[in-house]
Amino acid sequence: MKTKKGILDSNLFYTVLAIMIGFCIGAIFLVIAGISPAVAYGKLIDSVFSKPKYMVWTLVYAAPVIFTGLSVAFSFRTGVFNIGAEGQYIVGSVAACVVGILFHLPPVVHALVCILAAAIAGCLWSLIVGILKTKRGIHEVLSFIMFNWIAYYLQNYIVNLPAIHKQSGGEATENVADAARILLPEGLMRSLDCSGANWGFVFAVIAAIVIYIIIEKTTLGYQLKAVGFNKNAAEFAGINVNRSMLTALGISGALAGLGGAMQTLGMSGRLSQLAAQEGFGFEGITVALIAGSNPLGCIFSGIFYGAMKYGGSKLTMVKAPSEVVNIIMGCVIIFIAISQVFKTVFTSIGKKKKEA
Amino acid sequence: MDVIITNLGLLINATLIATPPLLFAGLGSCFSERSGVVNIGIEGMMTIGAFIGAVAGLYTGNGWIAFLCGGLAGAVLGIIHAIVCISFHADQTIAGTAINFLGTGLALFLCKALFDNSSDTPALDPASKLPKIFEGVFKTGSFGSNVLNVYGVAYLVFVLAFVCWFVFYKTKFGAHLRAVGEHPEACESIGIDVYKVRYTCVILSGFMAGLGGAFVTLATINQFRPNVIVGQGFIAIAAVIFGKFTPHGTTWACLLFGLCTGIKTLASMSNTVSPNLISMIPYVVTIIALILFVGRANAPAANGKPFVKAR
Repeated sequence: MKTKKGILDSNLFYTVLAIMIGFCIGAIFLVIAGISPAVAYGKLIDSVFSKPKYMVWTLVYAAPVIFTGLSVAFSFRTGVFNIGAEGQYIVGSVAACVVGILFHLPPVVHALVCILAAAIAGCLWSLIVGILKTKRGIHEVLSFIMFNWIAYYLQNYIVNLPAIHKQSGGEATENVADAARILLPEGLMRSLDCSGANWGFVFAVIAAIVIYIIIEKTTLGYQLKAVGFNKNAAEFAGINVNRSMLTALGISGALAGLGGAMQTLGMSGRLSQLAAQEGFGFEGITVALIAGSNPLGCIFSGIFYGAMKYGGSKLTMVKAPSEVVNIIMGCVIIFIAISQVFKTVFTSIGKKKKEA
Repeated sequence: MDVIITNLGLLINATLIATPPLLFAGLGSCFSERSGVVNIGIEGMMTIGAFIGAVAGLYTGNGWIAFLCGGLAGAVLGIIHAIVCISFHADQTIAGTAINFLGTGLALFLCKALFDNSSDTPALDPASKLPKIFEGVFKTGSFGSNVLNVYGVAYLVFVLAFVCWFVFYKTKFGAHLRAVGEHPEACESIGIDVYKVRYTCVILSGFMAGLGGAFVTLATINQFRPNVIVGQGFIAIAAVIFGKFTPHGTTWACLLFGLCTGIKTLASMSNTVSPNLISMIPYVVTIIALILFVGRANAPAANGKPFVKAR
């Protein structure tokens, strides 16, 4: 009885339930579109789990969204809404790419310098918004949205600069130096049979653990959470609210910037001209929501999202629109959002049974 | 002199094309935000409006009916947002994020299902688009043609802006909706149905966002493509905050955006500066305007907070 109550109380149960409902609703739309859900979902699962290579690809897809998810989760926990992770991700990937092309450093050092540059770029991009908020009182959501678009055009501008633009045409930059890449050692890569296998996921897990420790185990984390929970009370307790907010935004921005570095140094190896925002920042919001803003949870929700992205990209093979993934994700978020209602209903049913 | 007048005409024309989608969505969003429900799902609502508008245009051949259908499609997402946020007390930011996924996902999914895996709808013929008001009166390319012979809806939306202002400040419903966003408990105690007011406002917000989206596919261009809306919903939200959550403020903010987009369009015709730098103009101008003139925008007190009825 106790265990049953424990399950009904746990958030994980409702998250899994929400994911299942999301898939059911996705199935309804597939049927409407005249596609067998069994075939589509079979393909989805098959293209993630059937070979070790595919699972490695899933982790490769997961790394950047774990970082942007961490970024958003951290901001949620500290009381701001970082809808600007998209822009910070972009400036992060731009910084990593530029440093990766223009500098010539020994291996490992070069990669670390690129990663550092990305973190600083993301951090500064987010801090500008923080300063606008603390000094001029400008709503952070508003300036984040503006800075997302400025970052977007900035990337397209920088990609086309002659110093780094690819010599032989194409809408992309040169490849970053091999020393700056964060790919797995060649032997390992060959045995995994995955050309994109890189350290990004390992970095993401380390970052998640570090952020978890900062939030849960340090004085800094306590202060940031206090400001997020109740600004006035925190100020009354002697916490410098503005400085805390800037710290929170800086860390959040750096995390999103790191996500950009993982994608550039790990998977793509260069920057391309963007035709639309890639959405890593907005996917980060979803990852954070599914994880309930828990940094460790972001690892798992990031893997889930990575699997859906990678598997979804293969759905066209069975002629199913890959956008069914977005529909499923939308439903999952809605049902997580209203899981409190389920909780109340289930708990009251449980109580009634007990009384009867 | 002639060059200046021609360019001015082109600028006004470009502004009148860029502003209406933002203004429709922004005005709707004013209702939602002022009644106390954050709606960051505008983007998704505009996208589904744009898609359904284009499809209805294809099947009915009547621009006005199609326009209305686009609005209704947005309203359907508005209803979902309202149920989740108001009746189920869910976190409004989370729900809005979900609406964005659903709106864009559904539009592209249905598009591929309906049109043989193509992510674009077939092009509409001019007759089934929204009508221009002075078709054939002015010489093509003249100042009069550029300024006056635009899609009728582009002028209608400014009338709508006035109507919204009137509703907000001169009617009982307007007073109620503003009060509900500031202090729902007090409203309930004097017998205002908080839920009813909020439902109306959120659904209205979806409807108008849908109209904004439909304007893009039925006037600006003539088909639905995956990137027709991209970002405009978020710009509309920005405009509402910029306009301090008032219909008139939002109107000016949307016009500023529209004007900057117009300048962008004109400037990119001459090939001297990188188009990417020119494209930054609307966003940089907004930030500068905020730093210099606007400053603090205080959201309605109860914005984003679920309201639980007293038992």
